[in-house]
Amino acid sequence: MKHTLAVLVENKPGVLTHISGLISRRAFNIESIAAGYTEEDDMTRITVVVDADDQYELEQVVNQLSKLIDVIKIIDLTGTDRVHRELALIKVVATPDTRADVINIVEIFRAHIVDVNKETMIIELIGEEMKIDAMCELLKDYGIKEIVRTGKIAMCRGPKSAKEVD
Amino acid sequence: MKMTGAQAIIECLKRENVEVIFGYPGGSVLTLYDALQTAKYPHVLPRHEQGAVHAADGYARVTGKVGVCLATSGPGATNLITGIATAYMDSIPMVAITGQVAVSLIGRDSFQEADIRGITTPVTKHNYLIKDVNDLPKAFKEAFFIARTGRPGPVLIDIAKDIFATEIDFEYPEEVNMRGYKPVAEGDITAVEAVYQELSNAKTPLFFVGGGINLSDTSEIMREIVTHTGVPVVSSLMGLGCIPHDDPRYFGMIGMHGTYGGNMSTTETDLLIGLGVRFDDRVTGLLKEFAPKAKVVHFDIDPAEVNKNVRANIRVIGSLEWSLGTLYEKIKNRSSADWHEQFKPWYEKIVAWKKDKPLSYKRDSERILPQSVIESISKITNGEAIIVTDVGQHQMWTAQFFDFKNPRSFLTSGGLGTMGYGVPAALGAQVGKPEKTVVCICGDGGFMMNCQELMAIADLNLPVKIIILNNQYMGMVAQWQRSFYKKNYAHSCLKTKADFVKISEAMGVPALRIDKKEEMVEQLEKALKTEGPVLVEIRIPEDEDVLPMVPAGARLDQMIMGGS
Repeated sequence: MKHTLAVLVENKPGVLTHISGLISRRAFNIESIAAGYTEEDDMTRITVVVDADDQYELEQVVNQLSKLIDVIKIIDLTGTDRVHRELALIKVVATPDTRADVINIVEIFRAHIVDVNKETMIIELIGEEMKIDAMCELLKDYGIKEIVRTGKIAMCRGPKSAKEVD
Repeated sequence: MKMTGAQAIIECLKRENVEVIFGYPGGSVLTLYDALQTAKYPHVLPRHEQGAVHAADGYARVTGKVGVCLATSGPGATNLITGIATAYMDSIPMVAITGQVAVSLIGRDSFQEADIRGITTPVTKHNYLIKDVNDLPKAFKEAFFIARTGRPGPVLIDIAKDIFATEIDFEYPEEVNMRGYKPVAEGDITAVEAVYQELSNAKTPLFFVGGGINLSDTSEIMREIVTHTGVPVVSSLMGLGCIPHDDPRYFGMIGMHGTYGGNMSTTETDLLIGLGVRFDDRVTGLLKEFAPKAKVVHFDIDPAEVNKNVRANIRVIGSLEWSLGTLYEKIKNRSSADWHEQFKPWYEKIVAWKKDKPLSYKRDSERILPQSVIESISKITNGEAIIVTDVGQHQMWTAQFFDFKNPRSFLTSGGLGTMGYGVPAALGAQVGKPEKTVVCICGDGGFMMNCQELMAIADLNLPVKIIILNNQYMGMVAQWQRSFYKKNYAHSCLKTKADFVKISEAMGVPALRIDKKEEMVEQLEKALKTEGPVLVEIRIPEDEDVLPMVPAGARLDQMIMGGS
């Protein structure tokens, strides 16, 4: 089962290496990892999506990550009421013949066209993982040249921030 | 106070009460060495950086203090890796200081540059790269705190060369404040109560003590709990010495080369209480059949140890000092006689197992057998010596046949299984405990891996006694080849023209060879009572096996027995 973990870490050099190194040497299955600045200057938030066979494996991931000195807190967002999003940029073939069809798909998915030329266009899509997968599937027929995805980020609904969650 | 970075480091070491540094100079740390010499800071010079790190490890294990080692950048630093990994696997408090190339040269593949922070990340509890002199005091304060608290472990501080000469207005932080590191001392009291309840209902409970008891210095209270309740107790390799060998409730080491009584009781127990153990694969054998009838209780300071290998029904997280103290208070609610009565049939059953199949070997052999050497060392030193081993057959024979009495008296590379650990660790142990008899027991293979430290031992006139059990093979490798590879002794033979006695004498350590059985005890006694260092080579048969043995992947009760 997939779990989404919010990992709050000290914003110091080497922290990402510590985290990714631990994940690989303990042979955990990580689906995605996304890092970025937060509301506090000295804190980075890393959203990790981990595929754990059972609760024991998940517990190991959380406990081992927690042992890293620069990890401040880990919150399992799975099962909580949360918003989760991913951003994808997709470069798709769009000739004068097919451009209208592609634009149609873009509108249906409420995506944006952020670049266009004679042969291709770049589509920006924000949404849940499945929505991005679905759009990519549809665009395949036109010819996808390139995809880049940020990996999932997530936030709990309600007034509390992750660092306030027990 | 204004001073240089190098002087600031010395200040930090003083504040942390570091008595001695094990180090080896080199280009990047010259400025620091200059300051160390000027300050007359106590320093031991092993002859290899690996020797320095194992010596710091040995020092830490006997004293309980943080061991400190120092090396230069690049190859100096990479030579520390095996020793740091050894300390990491056995949770030994250590601070390793390495020089790094100058800040402006970092990342350019400069001379003697290695990304030691990157390299040591998987084998340290934490590490630092110092590129600003003002970060030094905080890093040292944190490093020592991290190394010694919670589950201890090695911390590395990599310092760019120019930092040593840079001026700093020195102030040592009073406290550490790390948002991400707050070691737990006291855990959940209800968990201890649950253990008490389970123990009250158990028919066949078993304590299983590990290295955590040694590291937390809780052997005394553990002994009291065992005495009060009469619950039988077994040990891991790292737990040896926590319970004295002659405690009637103690049934020795369990696992691959564990005792019959110990392994059978682990198989039959209905309540296995692990204390400061990792449930390593050398202990469990076939994991899914380990302690098949038992509810498992796991006491540990590190939450990540619980459910890592063996599933625990009850976890008691916290320092053992707290958890054992709390448990002992509860246990005293019932009288000792009452507890003993509850476990009497179980205890008698294990005693019968032990009697039926004790540890044994061919005592009437015409040759000197390694087990008899260990027994003799045990008798001559009255079990009071600090025993350091290397890794292999001699390590297991020592674990089986030495009668340990005291915690922190058995130094061995348990987790990583590092050949070459013995000689330098013995050096460090003797520096830490100058008044104690330190005996290093090695095989002929592992001895050669760090034998250069004989020179350091000789030059410091450290009275370390080194015993080489020479079977002219990598004994444990050969044993596996004998048992599982149809006696195809692929490159495990070490028959040589070299002479260990001469090697030792050439390096300044007097040496002798024992080859007659009838002279063994007398000669050993003489050697062990010699004032300075001495090396003894003892020729043993090349085909003697460590038994009992649980083959890899088998259940603990599927032991290959042996001896006579």
